[in-house]
Amino acid sequence: MSALSERPANPVVGETVPHESAALHVTGRALYTDDLVARTRDLLHGYPVQAPHAHARVTRLDTAPALAVPGVVRVLTAEDVPGVNDAGIKHDEPLFPSEVMYFGHAVCWVLGETLEAARLGALAVEVDYEPLPSVVTVREAIEAGSFQGAQPTMERGDVEAGLARAEHVFSGEFEFAGQEHFYLETHASIAQVDENGQVFVQSSTQHPTETQDIVAHVLGLHAHEVTVQCLRMGGGFGGKEMQPHGYAAVAALGATLTGRPVRVRLNRTQDITMTGKRHGFHATWRVGFDAEGRLQALDATLTSDGGWSLDLSEPVLARALCHIDNAYWIPDVRVNGRISKTNKTSQTAFRGFGGPQGMLVLEDILGRCAPLLGIDPADLRRRNFYTEGQATPYGQPVRHPDRAVAAWDQVVQTGDVDSRRREIAAFNAAHQHTKRALAITPVKFGISFNLTAFNQAGALVHVYKDGSVLINHGGTEMGQGLHTKMLQVAATTLGVPLHFVRLAPTRTDKVPNTSATAASSGADLNGGAVKNACEQIRERLAQVAGGRLGVPPADVRFEGGRVRGLAHDTDEIRWADLVTQAYFQRVQLWAAGFYRTEGLHWDSTVFRGEPFKYFAYGVAAAEVEVDGFTGAYRTRRVDIVHDVGDSLSPLVDLGQIEGGFVQGAGWLTLEDLRWDESDRPTRGRLATQAASTYKLPSFSEMPEEFNVALLEKAHEEGAVYGSKAVGEPPLMLAFSVREALRQAAAAFGPPGTSVDLASPATPEAVFWAVEQARARAAEHGHVAEGFPGMVPPQPNGDVPRYHPRSERPPAEQHALSAEV
Amino acid sequence: MNPLQATVNGCPTDLGEIRAHTNALDWLRDQGLTGCKEGCAEGECGACAILVARPTADGGTQWTSVNACLVPAASLDGQEVVTAEGLGTPDALHPVQEEMAQRGGSQCGYCTPGFVCSMAAEFYRKERCDGAGHPAGGNPAGGHPAVRQNGNHAQGRHTPAERDGRAVTDHEHGPNGFDLHALSGNLCRCTGYRPIRDAAYALGAPAEDDVLAARRDQPAPTPAATRVSRADGEFVRPADLPEALGILADHPDAVLVAGSTDWGVEVNILGRRAPLTLGIDRLEELRTFSVSDDVIELGAALSLSEIETRLAGRVPLLDQLFPQFASRLIRNGATIGGNLGTGSPIGDTPPVLLALEASVVLASSGGEREVPLSDYFTGYRQSVRRPGELVRTIRIPLPLSGVSAFHKIAKRRFDDISSVAVGFAIQVEGGVVTRARIGLGGVAATPVRALATEAALEGRAWTAESVREAATVMRGEGTPMDDHRASSTYRSAMLGTALLKLHAENATPQEVGA
Ligand SMILES: Cc1cc2nc3c(=O)[nH]c(=O)nc-3n(C[C@H](O)[C@H](O)[C@H](O)COP(=O)(O)OP(=O)(O)OC[C@H]3O[C@@H](n4cnc5c(N)ncnc54)[C@H](O)[C@@H]3O)c2cc1C
Ligand code: FES
Ligand code: FES
Repeated sequence: MSALSERPANPVVGETVPHESAALHVTGRALYTDDLVARTRDLLHGYPVQAPHAHARVTRLDTAPALAVPGVVRVLTAEDVPGVNDAGIKHDEPLFPSEVMYFGHAVCWVLGETLEAARLGALAVEVDYEPLPSVVTVREAIEAGSFQGAQPTMERGDVEAGLARAEHVFSGEFEFAGQEHFYLETHASIAQVDENGQVFVQSSTQHPTETQDIVAHVLGLHAHEVTVQCLRMGGGFGGKEMQPHGYAAVAALGATLTGRPVRVRLNRTQDITMTGKRHGFHATWRVGFDAEGRLQALDATLTSDGGWSLDLSEPVLARALCHIDNAYWIPDVRVNGRISKTNKTSQTAFRGFGGPQGMLVLEDILGRCAPLLGIDPADLRRRNFYTEGQATPYGQPVRHPDRAVAAWDQVVQTGDVDSRRREIAAFNAAHQHTKRALAITPVKFGISFNLTAFNQAGALVHVYKDGSVLINHGGTEMGQGLHTKMLQVAATTLGVPLHFVRLAPTRTDKVPNTSATAASSGADLNGGAVKNACEQIRERLAQVAGGRLGVPPADVRFEGGRVRGLAHDTDEIRWADLVTQAYFQRVQLWAAGFYRTEGLHWDSTVFRGEPFKYFAYGVAAAEVEVDGFTGAYRTRRVDIVHDVGDSLSPLVDLGQIEGGFVQGAGWLTLEDLRWDESDRPTRGRLATQAASTYKLPSFSEMPEEFNVALLEKAHEEGAVYGSKAVGEPPLMLAFSVREALRQAAAAFGPPGTSVDLASPATPEAVFWAVEQARARAAEHGHVAEGFPGMVPPQPNGDVPRYHPRSERPPAEQHALSAEV
Repeated sequence: MNPLQATVNGCPTDLGEIRAHTNALDWLRDQGLTGCKEGCAEGECGACAILVARPTADGGTQWTSVNACLVPAASLDGQEVVTAEGLGTPDALHPVQEEMAQRGGSQCGYCTPGFVCSMAAEFYRKERCDGAGHPAGGNPAGGHPAVRQNGNHAQGRHTPAERDGRAVTDHEHGPNGFDLHALSGNLCRCTGYRPIRDAAYALGAPAEDDVLAARRDQPAPTPAATRVSRADGEFVRPADLPEALGILADHPDAVLVAGSTDWGVEVNILGRRAPLTLGIDRLEELRTFSVSDDVIELGAALSLSEIETRLAGRVPLLDQLFPQFASRLIRNGATIGGNLGTGSPIGDTPPVLLALEASVVLASSGGEREVPLSDYFTGYRQSVRRPGELVRTIRIPLPLSGVSAFHKIAKRRFDDISSVAVGFAIQVEGGVVTRARIGLGGVAATPVRALATEAALEGRAWTAESVREAATVMRGEGTPMDDHRASSTYRSAMLGTALLKLHAENATPQEVGA
């Protein structure tokens, strides 16, 4: 056990407690950014003018008619920007564009006394467009060579030799859809100018520091002139990592120009048509297996659908490549990645950050090839697990591969998998029109930001004279329970009951230079920082207590709000009394904490290193039932065993696992982003731009029986109090549902049927898979067999393998120079 | 005129400067009641759910959950509303709030107040309470049953069948009588729903001193005649039908609003504004209900939920429809007249009402006429209804055919719009189909009868073989289109399989009509 991971006696971490804001949530008293509107005087409302073209030049923009609308106060355009007209960190996202890059791109913003006035003003703005040719689908982009950013290659061994050596070689293609975040709270910012020109922005953002940076560069200010606060978010899921900045900047610009508070809140239609989503991908692949079904080689080219700007597409792609192996050992590997540039929203971070997409490619390959190999898909998966001593294709040793095995065995055992598979076989034999199937899939997910620099965090802990504790850290709360965990970490480190500690909203003037709350790393990083700050205070208090108790400071113990010496017969001091005493002795009762993850390195130019502190593991078994008449299906039962290390907060972790699973199932089965790919004037428009057409999982998609267990004996040395990150990995457990659907569809055909299943596997897609199986047309699906097979396209030599600027923090910040 | 006023969380509150198009959600938020959230503004997410006091058939009150984003604020005049803030406070949580908080029912919390309201409506539903016997406000399992802890090991292991050792009839009802469909109109992006289900299933009955429970025994507020006149539009709720028809005669272009589940979406999402909106939802003449030997009459302004309760299973085909029509939240507002008034080709009642051979009674200031539903629709969202007319009631002739089914093809099982909908009413006597009526939605510009298929079935034996032949005919009915919901080929394929599915599930049908 390390100093970081070791828990004291009776720790508050590990206790099952409700979310720290639960009582506020359920009574409607928890405040979100837009709830401040009713509390803000003289507020103006912003409303965008959205372009009705996928790609066009703005040839005329006349705002005068809008100003004639009663209640319209101002129209913000590019001319108003005192600083940099850009909402991103790559300088490819003009905030007020002269060239429209996607259908719904906002060209200017109207400020009104009421939302209705601003809306009517936006309708009145006159814009002329010169339509330009557009690229809408990934396939079109591939054909047109429309790419952006780096084109990395991850390579190990000799893929040609591996394929030549293989007993079976298959090749195929796979294209799958992205996903809309659909956080229930849409993007929202309220900006106002405080005393002395200080800009204060309240924003629903996962990355307050970057929101601050972008607001500052748009306004031409320094970071210390802008403060960003995030009370809490009504969901983020990655969608508020890069996307909030521009809207916050519009609000801030409006506030500085009018001197009044400005609110920019996207309604759902605006949010879904303007903000980025999970990347859809296209993949071409060749794979080789030996006679026993062991993977020999994988050759693949992944092309992500980046949308109109680079955004986070490069690190997303990097993570996709780093996760294509999932939990499987593949000796010879060559995987190329590229990012298409399309006239769509700028695709961005989404829970899993490319990892799910990379893993889906291989899981799809295994699902399609298992019947062709004549091997049960579960056996095929299990047979290919990593074992101790093996390393990932990018060179990181796979630590604890036995945990995937333990989770698998536990799911098989507690889920009665063997006997249920027999029942399913009997059911299928007895039912012509309904088929069931059970699939079991693993997850191995690397934790840490690929870019080493982001793996740092800060915290600020105050102990007040009365003994009460206030903590502040750089992470944001979006429902994932980070604040709950941080309260537990602080209470544990200080040895006080949970209710002694309160947490204040995340603000850039409390903790500076924070990383995004992302990559599942919120608790690892901020927990390290909170613990560090609390330890500083505890050590100082131990000096005071040691003097009082007559024991060496190292022998002072803090527990449950009482302080005593190591030996049990010593006196006890109440925490609050000790604090008061320390105050009178002029002991500093607050501390800034800092944490950096040790032992990481990553070279993106050669795609090698050890970018991850550890891997999180999990296994899920899902059973579905498919109706052969319609393709409609139900998830009958799901069993999950997931590795969260030693849980910091079991109720929170359970919630992350279940919620992540259902969200993943939504992506893979239900959620259908349909873009207009026709040549009509609406080309490029998102056809499913509302909750009525873009369907999220509802109660009907919840597994009827849902059993989740946390893997036991799962202590993690490298993280705070032995825990592991939990935000993203469970999403990928939902592969089990997709594979079960594939197997159930195949059960309508003869044994050994390989079916292609579109993603998302909507009832319609499942129906076509059933038809495919019934027609026996597809013993091979669209998989080709034989060496050399269809060779995936290889990168052309002139494109940088990694973008020189990729993954580097914004270098172009408006740096203070000595002359100022 | 007195200022417009609603009772919100027990306090009389002026409706103030609302416009005709202001919805209840925006108004409540302006009052500082920001527990109501906007997640979609189109009735899909339930983040805006509130409780309103609505009349029951026996003269009492039912706390009814509705989507505040769709309801015109003006229609709250004289009504009683409760929001999540009014149910409890952090220091004195309502039983529903207590269960939700303790069991991890909230993560980001944004959907939570809406869930709490929908859950509270079901908590207070009298039929549920009569069926379950938990102690007041009880948390029978106690503690944090979602997580059993064992060192660092936690489990959430729940099968409804195990809970409380009671048998549960299906996956959509709790041992306490809680109907999960009560939450079908609420979306949560964070939790995956399991803890919310467990919270719902753990609820007991309201306590003796529960004020909202006691309120159920008093009559609901009577509808107020209301008028909001602003430069950008007027909202009028007439006192009775003659007044309504009179206004409609003078202003044939007035927009009728009943549950506002269609109109509210047009206002919020499409930015539609009407010079005159006529609220007809509370008109007694449109809220009639009667069953005689040969006909059932359903008032046009009855909500689908009210019809479901009052029919109490008398029309099995409608009973199949209700749970598949939108969500409970929507059904609490949506009226049957509104569904026909909208006349959407993918509306769900028309295929069913066509199969039931229903007719509509149209009323105007000039009098009434009855039109068979099969003659009602004339084109895309068009009907024989003339300016100045409204639907007063819907008539369903009795007896009903023995085999009936409603097949709704959609992406999601709860709360989705049909890509194809089929209503079947088939009478089989002595193994022979004596009467077949099939209504289709989603396959043409209007809901249509599958006349060719009906002909192919009638007079033939109810066997797999003849059904297969008729299914081939049915596959060719209508002219389905491609859209984001489904491809035309899938829609046709679904027409082709619907009859096969019906037969597979009713191979030996009841011989006598219900
Ligand atoms: C989230 C959501 C889900 C939905 N799901 C479904 C679904 O699954 N199936 C389905 O069929 N529909 C669905 N709908 C549509 C809608 O709920 C129904 O059409 C409903 O029946 C409309 O009734 P209403 O009283 O709310 O109509 P309103 O919105 O009040 O009115 C709708 C139209 O009908 C007219 N009208 C209303 N009453 C009368 C009358 N008595 N006489 C003449 N005209 C009248 C109005 O003028 C207006 O044009 C859904 C809507 C939403 C928001
Ligand atoms: S805001 Fe989504 S249903 Fe009202
Ligand atoms: S808790 Fe976040 S949407 Fe339900």
